[in-house]
Amino acid sequence: MTCQCGHAHNDDGAKQEALQKAMDKYKTVKGALIPILQEAQEIYGYLPKEVMQQISRGLSIPFSKTFGVVTFYAQFHLKPRGRNIIRICQGTACHVRGASKVFDGVSAKLGVGKNGTTQDLRYTLETVACLGACGLAPVMMVNDDTHGRLTPDKAAGTLEKYE
Amino acid sequence: MKNLMDKCCDKCTHTAFFPCKDYIKCRKEGPICHQDEACKQKRADFLGDIHLAADSDKRQVLICAGTGCNSSGSGRLVKKLQEELAANGLADKIKIKITGCHGFCEQGPLMIIEPLKTFYTRVDENDVAEIVAKDLIGGELVERLLYKDPNTVETAKTYETVPFYARQKRLVLHNCGHINPEELSDYVASDGYFGLTRALFEKTPDQVVEEVKTSGLRGRGGAGFPTGMKWGFVKQAQGDKKYVVCNADEGDPGAFMDRSVLEGDPHAVLEGMAICGYAVGADEGYLYVRAEYPLAIQRLKIAIAQAEEYGVLGDNIMNSGFSFHLKIKAGAGAFVCGEETALLTSIEGNRGMPRVRPPFPANSGLWGKPTCLNNVETFANVPQILRNGGAWYASMGTEKSKGTKIFALTGKVNNTGLVEVAMGMTMRDIIFAIGGGIPGGKKFKAVQIGGPSGGCLPDELLDLSVDYDSLTSAGAMMGSGGLVVMDETTCMVDIARYFLTFTQSESCGKCTPCREGTTRMLEILTRICNGEGKMEDIDTLDRITRVVKNTALCGLGQTCPNPIISTLRYFKDEYIAHIQEKRCPAGACTALLTYTINAEKCKGCGKCLRSCPAEAITGEKKQPHVIDAAKCIKCGSCITGCKFNAIERG
Repeated sequence: MTCQCGHAHNDDGAKQEALQKAMDKYKTVKGALIPILQEAQEIYGYLPKEVMQQISRGLSIPFSKTFGVVTFYAQFHLKPRGRNIIRICQGTACHVRGASKVFDGVSAKLGVGKNGTTQDLRYTLETVACLGACGLAPVMMVNDDTHGRLTPDKAAGTLEKYE
Repeated sequence: MKNLMDKCCDKCTHTAFFPCKDYIKCRKEGPICHQDEACKQKRADFLGDIHLAADSDKRQVLICAGTGCNSSGSGRLVKKLQEELAANGLADKIKIKITGCHGFCEQGPLMIIEPLKTFYTRVDENDVAEIVAKDLIGGELVERLLYKDPNTVETAKTYETVPFYARQKRLVLHNCGHINPEELSDYVASDGYFGLTRALFEKTPDQVVEEVKTSGLRGRGGAGFPTGMKWGFVKQAQGDKKYVVCNADEGDPGAFMDRSVLEGDPHAVLEGMAICGYAVGADEGYLYVRAEYPLAIQRLKIAIAQAEEYGVLGDNIMNSGFSFHLKIKAGAGAFVCGEETALLTSIEGNRGMPRVRPPFPANSGLWGKPTCLNNVETFANVPQILRNGGAWYASMGTEKSKGTKIFALTGKVNNTGLVEVAMGMTMRDIIFAIGGGIPGGKKFKAVQIGGPSGGCLPDELLDLSVDYDSLTSAGAMMGSGGLVVMDETTCMVDIARYFLTFTQSESCGKCTPCREGTTRMLEILTRICNGEGKMEDIDTLDRITRVVKNTALCGLGQTCPNPIISTLRYFKDEYIAHIQEKRCPAGACTALLTYTINAEKCKGCGKCLRSCPAEAITGEKKQPHVIDAAKCIKCGSCITGCKFNAIERG
């Protein structure tokens, strides 16, 4: 579990290096802001203010623009997220096959609402418009694994194996 | 020579740096530059291994690794099959081929055994031993894994005889599920890159544009703009630099055809884009792919790397003088980026908000340069048009809608999956003949087509021909091709609210009609679903839908009222029932439901009492129970458990 105290630690050095590398890679590329933010989020798990400021300086663009882009897209996060990201599909096919009940079941089990993270940082609960696995509706994704044909109980049970 | 794309001997000089113009033809029919029976045989052997001939004594197992089958466990299946083959000493003799999506996700994981094309469904890792012993070694069918038609109870031995496939015309999907998407040689063996070769060496860019115009191909992303005409505009546009952009930001809930094409046949899209680049005079292209599709992005990366390595993409392609480079841009999660100008703004690194048109992207697109932007499915059609001719393509479909269209058939239907049919088939044939009808003996109510931009069509329109123009006149829209089937338990007001919830949260906020209109419409629909609606709400909704439709800036706003307009047009009685009688006819709007126990039928078994999560049910043993309406959370768990049908929902 990563420390949330906000002070510098040893692994910050490695993260800084990775970020610098990503910024060097996109130095001469047009439209680099979004790919850099994506890589930065890969490295840090979310986008801390200092990182966004650093990216703005590196690309010579106003911080307000970076912040504007980050808050526009659903994929970017300003707060730390859990180790396991649960994304419950809210697509049409899932909706008519009971996705909202699955969401309520998981939400009740974890005790967090939409976009909430459990105290122990084990899970973050999110929804997604459509995962494109409509044949298996209702569906959820935990990290990169897709789970289909869910019931509220089955969904809650599936989460056990993600530490 | 390790695979089909390699050189047969030192006489072959093709490399990505010194390309040969006969490269693709040579790999399939060659060698061309020299006569050598041994070289010819080597090529024939590789081709024979990719697609086994019907009388071949070899066997090959195709396992679907699309997203659907993967989550049903096809990964574990592959591993188990490898172990089982090794244990029987067959590891070198029988090849396992990982393929893209077969489209029949409902029955996954799917397995096809070539050359007989035996089709096994819902294969579990525990079935592997039996398949190896009985089929691969013994040559007998494993009857219990064959597909059984739920209506006629007949079994189908090969995939071609399964009713789900028999009625389809798989043109764009013809490779999906039959080739390994991570092997360029598989694609070339299925005539891949022959369309690009023909364009580069037999046609001028103008002739390519003409060929696409002749085909009658229209944009598959939704609006149905004629593709050849768009290419003509970009070709005529003045500019030293032009771009080709593929819109793979498939965001419509309920649509996954683009994902399957990208995962199952990525080279078809690359080839289509390269042909477009040649026709319009662009040397650079972008694929804008949704971030929610990691597998598609990975397969595209592999495909681009292989195409560049072997010189079918890159500089001076096959010594034609034409260069074309492709880059992938991963989206960051914004539905509005499926709109063309918003997508371009997003590639440029900004908030993905639409621009005012004109100027259209054909004149001023990416970084202000002329840009040709098409959808995944549109590009995937192009190689076949070049290979077989525009007239051949135009022979399929209806007068104004040519070719085929892929639909994602989902919801309350027996056979969910991807369906590709010739334009003009009736909705009834798609849902009942291919989709196998509604499960559980329920009654068909409506089909939603075109996602948040489309509409709901009732059963009296089931015989409507499915093409761009008849759908638009019925108040729906082709959209990207999501078909969500709804039965009598689906509430149409709730569906309209569902889509508005989606468009309201995805509205980018740039223009007032969309930003405010979606919010107001959603408020009204929520009110009606909660039983707090008034009759004048229907008139207000009607007025707002017209204002938003006529004044919003981009396609998202202009089409977002469609779910309301079509449900008001065909299912107005449901709106009225919610408002006047405070009743949801489908029994879906929880706020309007009440659960009661019929005292005559209740035996007092206590099952509902135990299953109720809210402790709302009370009663003595063997005495009729009662539900406390104040405590009831309307979850329905009592009704599903009751053996005596004593619980009534109304």
